[in-house]
Amino acid sequence: MGTAAYVQVLDLACGGLLLCAVLVLWRRELAVIIRVFAAQGVILAVLVAVLAAHQHSPELAVLALGLGVLRGGVLPWLLARALTAAGPARRETRPLVNVAASLLAAAVLALLSYAVSRPLVALIPSPATEAIPVGLTVVLIGFFVLVTRRRALSQLVGFLLMDNGITTVGFLTSANAGLVVELGVSLDVLLAVLVLRILTARIQETFGDADLDELRELHD
Amino acid sequence: MPEIMSGMLLVPIGVPVLAACGYGLAGWRRGTVWLAAVSSGLVLAAAITIAVTVARFGPASAVGGLLRTDALSAFMLIVIGAIALLATAATPAYLAAEITAGRASARTAARHSLLVGLFVAAMATAVQAANLGVLWVAIEATTIVTAFLVGQRRTRAAVEAAWKYVVICSTGIALALLGTLILNYAATAAGRPGLDLVELTAAAHSLDRPVTRIAVVLLILGFGTKVGLVPMHAWLPDAHSQAPAPVSALMSGVLLSVAFYAVLRVKAISDAALGSGFAKAVLLVMALGALAVAATLLLAQRDYKRMLAYHSIEHMGLLALGGAVGSRLAVAAVLLHILGHGLAKAVLFLAAGRILQATGTSQVNQVHGLAGRDPALAGCVGLGVVALLGFPPFSLFASELGMFRAGVTAGLGPLILAALVLVLVITAALFAHSAHMLLGDPPSARREGPGAATAPTNGPSPTNGPSPATTITTATTSMGRTPASTISVLVAGLVTCAVLGMAAGPLQPLLYLAADTMTADTIAATP
Repeated sequence: MGTAAYVQVLDLACGGLLLCAVLVLWRRELAVIIRVFAAQGVILAVLVAVLAAHQHSPELAVLALGLGVLRGGVLPWLLARALTAAGPARRETRPLVNVAASLLAAAVLALLSYAVSRPLVALIPSPATEAIPVGLTVVLIGFFVLVTRRRALSQLVGFLLMDNGITTVGFLTSANAGLVVELGVSLDVLLAVLVLRILTARIQETFGDADLDELRELHD
Repeated sequence: MPEIMSGMLLVPIGVPVLAACGYGLAGWRRGTVWLAAVSSGLVLAAAITIAVTVARFGPASAVGGLLRTDALSAFMLIVIGAIALLATAATPAYLAAEITAGRASARTAARHSLLVGLFVAAMATAVQAANLGVLWVAIEATTIVTAFLVGQRRTRAAVEAAWKYVVICSTGIALALLGTLILNYAATAAGRPGLDLVELTAAAHSLDRPVTRIAVVLLILGFGTKVGLVPMHAWLPDAHSQAPAPVSALMSGVLLSVAFYAVLRVKAISDAALGSGFAKAVLLVMALGALAVAATLLLAQRDYKRMLAYHSIEHMGLLALGGAVGSRLAVAAVLLHILGHGLAKAVLFLAAGRILQATGTSQVNQVHGLAGRDPALAGCVGLGVVALLGFPPFSLFASELGMFRAGVTAGLGPLILAALVLVLVITAALFAHSAHMLLGDPPSARREGPGAATAPTNGPSPTNGPSPATTITTATTSMGRTPASTISVLVAGLVTCAVLGMAAGPLQPLLYLAADTMTADTIAATP
């Protein structure tokens, strides 16, 4: 792959990641949100595949395949199953911040991450590291979704967005944190989602609905 | 020697996993009841052996360099072993009472013991990890395993606590992952890629400073979430109050300290890369924040398990304060404090679990005159509170004194004074609450007295279980004496804590050796 094509595909993939994060903020139907999340997982895998082709690294190529299966397939499937189990409540009805304000917040978060990541880009300037702010923006948007949504499933998607963003930053920065660590991280994410999935089911069992506003037994 | 040692390092991880497998296969029956306690005893014995060997021959490593144990890791292994032994030795009596009361089945008990085994193994892996990535994975693994333990009772409150616990801790730990990746990036730029803790510290002076600063803030904030430091502490009182008593003892006594161990490792790297001022400032802010939160919320606390949980936040604040000071004396005192707090807090949580089983309420104002009804249990609670508040002869007195002295020597006088004032407020609050629980007339006498009419008005909301009046009735009828095995566990914990306070004995060289691993690396790496 020529350098120009590499840079183009890289930037395109990063743009796609950002677009998916913003779409999650914009849409309210949980089914759509899960589909957008799956698309983001696939784009993340493409990004890693591009890096693998550029660095001629078979290890990275394997990781790209694994990421695609996990984030584009397994995790969205788990979320979708949780959604079917949830019954009729399939919309994020009352987010704490309305959609227009959320989109404005996303713009502010993007500016913030560009400001914060300047030293990161300056350390080793390259097409890959110049995309770090995009990864950070996805992390921050994920955090924003996590704190402003009321449905258990949307919070879960927020957590996973954060995780996609962190993975993006990881691969853009150095891609070689060690295969053991990479495997451990993926396994942990999978397990965390399984745990949360089970807890979502239990919340529905005991509270009747997965609206987290119902969670107010414990406070001071 | 090295071959035997590398095998030895696997014992504290392997034995609890085997015990967990035992529960998975055989279930909860007569033959397996004490399996967890035996495995914890083996972990403690292995930890002591490792500590002696490490003190004599220096650090050892295993599994292709993924595990590495120095004096600090060995000390933390001893803490894990000691508190796991207390918690698992009290588990059979606790679970037997739960099964009798119909709140658990043999299946729940087996699952509980299986998860506790994995929990101990994950903590032992965390403190022996040679690599920041492995450390991260192990700490996240503790969150996943304990999530099910927190939600074990499946009540509304327990499910809510488990949800909050997983969401907040996973988010916090995700920040730590981002920090880890950025630190790896800085190391790559410096020409030494990798996350090995020793190599990172050695290469620290060549790391890019602005990038390392971002990484360190994320790492301290992330691991600080698991420690329960401000601003990410909200999960702690919920999780610790809803978990079964032996799990609360383990979580409060060791899990918080294991996460604090991760913060200490990050601080060593930060000190070498950025000078000692940066991590110190971050930790001081978090420490004073934690003390302030604990002080304000303890004053009006009405639930005794939550009271103990907030008290853990206070102690973690003190640890962060000692860590921020960072001198040899301060770090040695921090480590002694970790052990002393672990023992005292485990004793109190186990006792609190027993009180909850006997009275059916976790409200302070409904437990009255414990001393008259169950003197042995009340005595243990009383002494435990005295130990936790840092009175001699218990070891927390020595360690708090050491931390404050080191702080004043390091020129942090005003901050130490502020911390002392907050600690004083907390002491007063805890004294008032526990005096209410221990002293006074038992409720059977109260019901005839004039206090009876006022008692139910402060009770919990009706959703919280049986109404206060029936609670008091059951409290008087079902309050049997605490089983001898539980009492002996509590007494053993208190005696160990007191002995440590009077003479640290062979532990003292290990403490200073461990403190040196924190400070010597810094001296060696500073250009």
